[in-house]
Amino acid sequence: MLRKIYCLRCGYLMLLILWAAGSAMGQQAVRGKVTDRNDGSPMPGVNVLIKGTTTGTQTDDEGHYLLPDVPQGAVLVFSYIGKQTQETPVSGTVMDVSLADDSQLLSEIVVIGYGTQKKNELTGAVSTITAKEFQKGVITTPDQLISGKVAGVQITPNGGRPGSGSTIRIRAGASLNASNDPLIVIDGVPVSGEGISGSPNPLSLINPSDIETFTVLKDASATAIYGSRASNGVIMITTKKGVSGKPKINFSTQNAVSVINRKIEVLSPDQLRTYVSEHGSEAQKAMLGTANTDWQDEIYQAAFSTDNNLSISGSAGNMPYRVGVGYLNQDGILKRDNLNRISGAVTLNPRFFDKHLKVDLNLKGSMQKSFFANQGAIFTSIQMDPTKPVYEENSFGNFYEWKQGENPHPLAPRNPVGLIEQKEDNGKVLRSFGNLQLDYAFHFLPELRANLNLGYDISRGEGDTFVPAFAAQNFNTQGNITNYKEEISNKVLEFFFNYNKAISSINSQIDVTAGYGYYDNQKTVFNFPTLRADGSVITTPAFATDVPQNRLISYFGRLIYTLNDRYIVSGTLRTDGSSRFSPENRWGVFPSAAVTWRLAKESFLENSTVLSDLNLRLSYGITGQQDGIANYSYLPNYNYSVNESRYQLGSSFYNMYSPVAYDAEIRWESTATSNIGLDYGLLRGRLNGSLDVYYKKTRDLLSTIPIAVGTNFSNLLLTNVGNMENKGFEFNISAIPVLKNDLEWNMNFNFTYNNSKVTNLTAVDDPGFLVEQGWIEGSTGNNIQAHTINKAPFSYRVYKQVYNAEGKPLEGVYADLNGDGKITDDDRYYFKSPMPKYILGFSTGVNYKRWNISTTLRSNLDNYVYDNVSSNMAISSNVLNPVNIINNAPADLLNTNFQVNQYMSDYYVYNASFLKMDNLTLSYNVGEVWKGSNLSVSGNIQNVFTLTNYHGVDPEIYSGIDNRFYPRPRTYVVGLNLSF
Amino acid sequence: MKNITKIFLSFCLTAGVSGCHKDLNLQPQNDITADVVYSTPEGYKMAFAKIYGSFALTGGAGSGSSDLGGIDAGTSDFLRLYWNAQELTTDEAACAWVGDPGVSELNFQNWNSNNVMLRGLYTRSLYQITVANEFLRESTEEKLASRNITGADAGEISVYREEARFLRAYQYWVLMDLFGNPPFITEESGISKTAPPRITRTELFSYVESELLDIESKLVAPRQNEYGRADQGAVWALLTRLYMNAEVYLGTGNAKYTQAITYADKVIGAGYALETDYQKLFIADNDKDNRETILSINYDAINTQNYGGTTFIINSSVNNAMNPASFGIPNGGWGGNRSRATLPGAFGELATTTDKRAMFFGQTSGIEDMSVFTDGLAVGKFKNTLSDGTTAPSNDGTQCSVDFPLFRLADIYLLYAEAVLRGGNGGSNATALEYVNQLRARAYGNNSGNVTSLSLDFMLEERMRELHWEAYRRTDLIRFGKYTGDSYLWPFKGGVPEGTSIPAYRTVFPIPASDIIANPNLLQNDNY
Repeated sequence: MLRKIYCLRCGYLMLLILWAAGSAMGQQAVRGKVTDRNDGSPMPGVNVLIKGTTTGTQTDDEGHYLLPDVPQGAVLVFSYIGKQTQETPVSGTVMDVSLADDSQLLSEIVVIGYGTQKKNELTGAVSTITAKEFQKGVITTPDQLISGKVAGVQITPNGGRPGSGSTIRIRAGASLNASNDPLIVIDGVPVSGEGISGSPNPLSLINPSDIETFTVLKDASATAIYGSRASNGVIMITTKKGVSGKPKINFSTQNAVSVINRKIEVLSPDQLRTYVSEHGSEAQKAMLGTANTDWQDEIYQAAFSTDNNLSISGSAGNMPYRVGVGYLNQDGILKRDNLNRISGAVTLNPRFFDKHLKVDLNLKGSMQKSFFANQGAIFTSIQMDPTKPVYEENSFGNFYEWKQGENPHPLAPRNPVGLIEQKEDNGKVLRSFGNLQLDYAFHFLPELRANLNLGYDISRGEGDTFVPAFAAQNFNTQGNITNYKEEISNKVLEFFFNYNKAISSINSQIDVTAGYGYYDNQKTVFNFPTLRADGSVITTPAFATDVPQNRLISYFGRLIYTLNDRYIVSGTLRTDGSSRFSPENRWGVFPSAAVTWRLAKESFLENSTVLSDLNLRLSYGITGQQDGIANYSYLPNYNYSVNESRYQLGSSFYNMYSPVAYDAEIRWESTATSNIGLDYGLLRGRLNGSLDVYYKKTRDLLSTIPIAVGTNFSNLLLTNVGNMENKGFEFNISAIPVLKNDLEWNMNFNFTYNNSKVTNLTAVDDPGFLVEQGWIEGSTGNNIQAHTINKAPFSYRVYKQVYNAEGKPLEGVYADLNGDGKITDDDRYYFKSPMPKYILGFSTGVNYKRWNISTTLRSNLDNYVYDNVSSNMAISSNVLNPVNIINNAPADLLNTNFQVNQYMSDYYVYNASFLKMDNLTLSYNVGEVWKGSNLSVSGNIQNVFTLTNYHGVDPEIYSGIDNRFYPRPRTYVVGLNLSF
Repeated sequence: MKNITKIFLSFCLTAGVSGCHKDLNLQPQNDITADVVYSTPEGYKMAFAKIYGSFALTGGAGSGSSDLGGIDAGTSDFLRLYWNAQELTTDEAACAWVGDPGVSELNFQNWNSNNVMLRGLYTRSLYQITVANEFLRESTEEKLASRNITGADAGEISVYREEARFLRAYQYWVLMDLFGNPPFITEESGISKTAPPRITRTELFSYVESELLDIESKLVAPRQNEYGRADQGAVWALLTRLYMNAEVYLGTGNAKYTQAITYADKVIGAGYALETDYQKLFIADNDKDNRETILSINYDAINTQNYGGTTFIINSSVNNAMNPASFGIPNGGWGGNRSRATLPGAFGELATTTDKRAMFFGQTSGIEDMSVFTDGLAVGKFKNTLSDGTTAPSNDGTQCSVDFPLFRLADIYLLYAEAVLRGGNGGSNATALEYVNQLRARAYGNNSGNVTSLSLDFMLEERMRELHWEAYRRTDLIRFGKYTGDSYLWPFKGGVPEGTSIPAYRTVFPIPASDIIANPNLLQNDNY
């Protein structure tokens, strides 16, 4: 006992002495609380270190820390993954700090292909968007998170159906007929963008709430390491990971109601009655009904959706983990449309052998069930006679239908409500993807790492449709049953070495990577017979399955050399071998080179108080493109005809073996990209951004062009011919105009200019040569767009409408542009294209105490749309229809009063420039509900408004052809986020 | 840089020779190579079926598929395009679908080299030739021997070869007749990127003639082959047609009416016979007990589905006011093609005529508005019904099973008579008159319509009455010198309601502009 007391005393004495000694040297205890600048919540697990020493601690569960012996004048370093590291000189004994997200800093670490790089040492044009900047609300597919956020990236929603996703274009894409979709890499695994039956969009199978950051690689220096799949840019997605510390649970819920925003303006029942009584025959007048039906109102609904996510993350021993589950149930505004998704994500990041071996395991899975409402109703709701009732007693399930004898009239629009109610269409898709990444830093040479990445992406989609025998929509076949099933299995193996060493003797840093990749993509399509409603067979497939497959084998390397922290040179090289091409044309080499000069480090700028960073980047490289073309198009093959395509010889029907058109010499598209960029940071990062100018030239375009007839088994062939170029300019600025303790105002603006044109299409130069594009509805085989030399791809090819003195278009009167006295096809000219010339995005947010308000606006300028709805239906002979029915028409009829279709008139090509407010969010951080917890609530409107001169349902249509477009709804969202 | 990439590439290739690069050699599961297709006689027959099937079908993957590009799939079969070119440009028919590309220009005879229908037809004809050439390459004696196909099987396949040559000759005749100077490819040409040479109309005449004469004896005897396959009767019928139009192809002074009579005689003496009921030639079971048709394109609503062919002819000629069910298309009736007043006019007073070939519907024979189907009488000649009046089976109430006669005896009778009138030797006026009266007796059901003398003007009118809407008309009008110029006008000829002269160069169609660009060896036909 005595001994114990003695020891205790000794201990106290020792402490006292040490404390006294410390004081004598100016030491003191410092404590405080670390909070998150976003929402003021306490941050556990933050490293607090005395700068220049190894002395430090971590914050506890409530964000508190205590450092007993801090020398006076010391600087404390607060660091946390995903947050901006903050250095604060000691002043006083209580120091509370709030940490900001590190995206605001130029020194953040950016994911690049097969590695990471400090943002301010990048040699490529790379943009990063983190969770904080994402679009808010009910977001079903990941692409929508970054809509309007990145210069040079155009994200065009495919429509209003839940999960229909977007068309993503980085710098407008590089191809005409092959794919223009960027490569998407999630946690290092290139994932399939290939659609699967049963799901509206493959990206809708990925839960956006699992995503931490998007990194967009735009120029060749950044993308060329992905070689043959890089021409359209690369989007790297990093998902959320566990952090060290006690388990943290986060629950969020978003509940929304969506309503139709804009309908197509059609004649009202009374307007139609007036029109028919003024222009119609007695027989036509007699066909009018007495009902007043707004068919669009009949098919659209207010739609509810709920999106709930629960995650738990923390560290079990040495193993950070995160487990997340999500449940989404979203109705569409088209009646019966529904998307239901359950998703799960598991991430484990254990470290072994003193962190020499890093293991990263990412697993994602989702189950999606969809009901696909019959979108044919969107079209017929415009055309169906509004003087007719929705229901009447008949043999077609009591939905009113035009009749021919006792049958539904074959050329009349079907009852829109019947179309929806009488078609069952269910799809179910399971998808799982993930990877195991092993990264080993050699014990004897820690600068050298070996990295093995094994990834997979599998999905299975299946579903069926059913239309009863009595329904008018499949009356011809006495109902209809279809089944479908597909399986996708993609495998990835990648292995690389990385050597990264600072050689201080020559002020240099070298970073070398060399690796190998093997990619196998396989799809299995199961074919089923189509049946009548009673189960009898209509058609049988020729083959039970089809298994399209392609493979890619790659070698890649990269060298980054940094001199003096100031001059950075990088070079990449990749060679890919693709199964899509013949052995002679199979291998392609894709190099890039780039240099970055960090001007701010130069002596003449080093002491600038305004300028905190200034980088000049130059890059050049060649990338390839092989996606979007058939798997075997170099092989001379025969195709076995289906059972509906047999020919009778004698008394038997023979399936035919048809030789398939092929190009034995087909090879890569290659795109050479030059890029000049400037990254700037001012006022210690409060104002930063970048500016890029690019020039992309694609050679050997894979395009489907007319060939000399008789040289192959078709008159059109996908072959490597032609060139195309994209020139553009991107500008981005982020600013924090106000940064005070309880008030922060941030804003981001981006601007993109892009000009694309086809520079060559044929081996033989001919300015008149064109390849028709842009099928339009309403006639047989009309196309409104074309590719031709020196014009943007998909330019409209139209007649020049002549107008009368009052400005009304004169029916069928066009300008004789070639002056030959006749109006022929040769008088069609090229007028505008669907591609916007200018794309602008603006985001801003204000944090005031616990309140946050933010919004995102987007604008496309100089994009044109062809109004196929009006060109097809806003004509007198559609209303007073010669097939003995009355149809409704878009209100444009009253403007033109065209008698017959004038499809090719430039009257129907409209400037569809727009300004949209995508999002308006107000949130309030309630704070602690119980000890250690944090609650925030939010209200949000998506698709707030659209300013445009275009009269259609939406000016933003990627193809530029407005035709039965599913309207994007306005959505009102209430959300709640609770963490503890 | 180039050297570095070379070194890098060779390093990688060496490093990876280890076999896994072989993984890049993938084959499709269902599409197969020529060697597999042609490993059995059955495979040969299915590849052979494709040559014939190229007439009827638009593609191998159902009615929405097409062998051709740049044209609506449903419009890309041979007959629909050929019919449009041969009928819409004449006094027999006009189409109401004026919004569809290419239609108006055919209606008004002001087509140019961008016309999608003409381009489609040109492409379809050459496609069938390309497929025939491929079959000829794969069916040589050496190839058969190397695949161990011998004996009767090899003998059978050698007959397929001759039929492939016949189909190729037929399509070259079409190209010669419509486009004059097309590109020329044979089995020697292969699949390549080398643009084929141009052949002139005169050279093509010799080629078609020599091919037909060479295969004449190698084909199966008349009426002895399987239904739907060409025999010697088909060769003779095509030779008759070729010689009959020789002056058109070779220029004035190159008439070959004597040869026409020779080959017409061969056909007539081969055992063909007129069908007793005219209507039965154009219904869904016309493949049964039909001794009049020499060669047909075969359609079937279940097994040979497409939106061209007789499905197109029947649905486009019927609208919903005509009770489509009575035409065997209860869910069809697209209301597109109808007659110009000249066609019913050839039958005199419709109310009183007993000529059963006059099968018209509607009230208004004149056309005021081209886009209105009921302006002009509808033509009910083709029907998708069976002999017993019931509807032929189909999945959708739209597709049709009527086989289309490419050659039939009645045409040969009329050609014989015309050749005699034009001064050909080897025939007689009496026989000519007898042949014509056989047709008229069938049409009237008795001798009341018989004629006692023939004239060329009468022959042209009789051909219209007998063969209207069977895709002969343009060729006939040109042979009679009435297609262009102002010696004969019909409603909307040249685009004006009363009809006007059109220039002589329009007796041939232009080579499609797209092929003029793609194939530098071609020359555009004069004035286009």
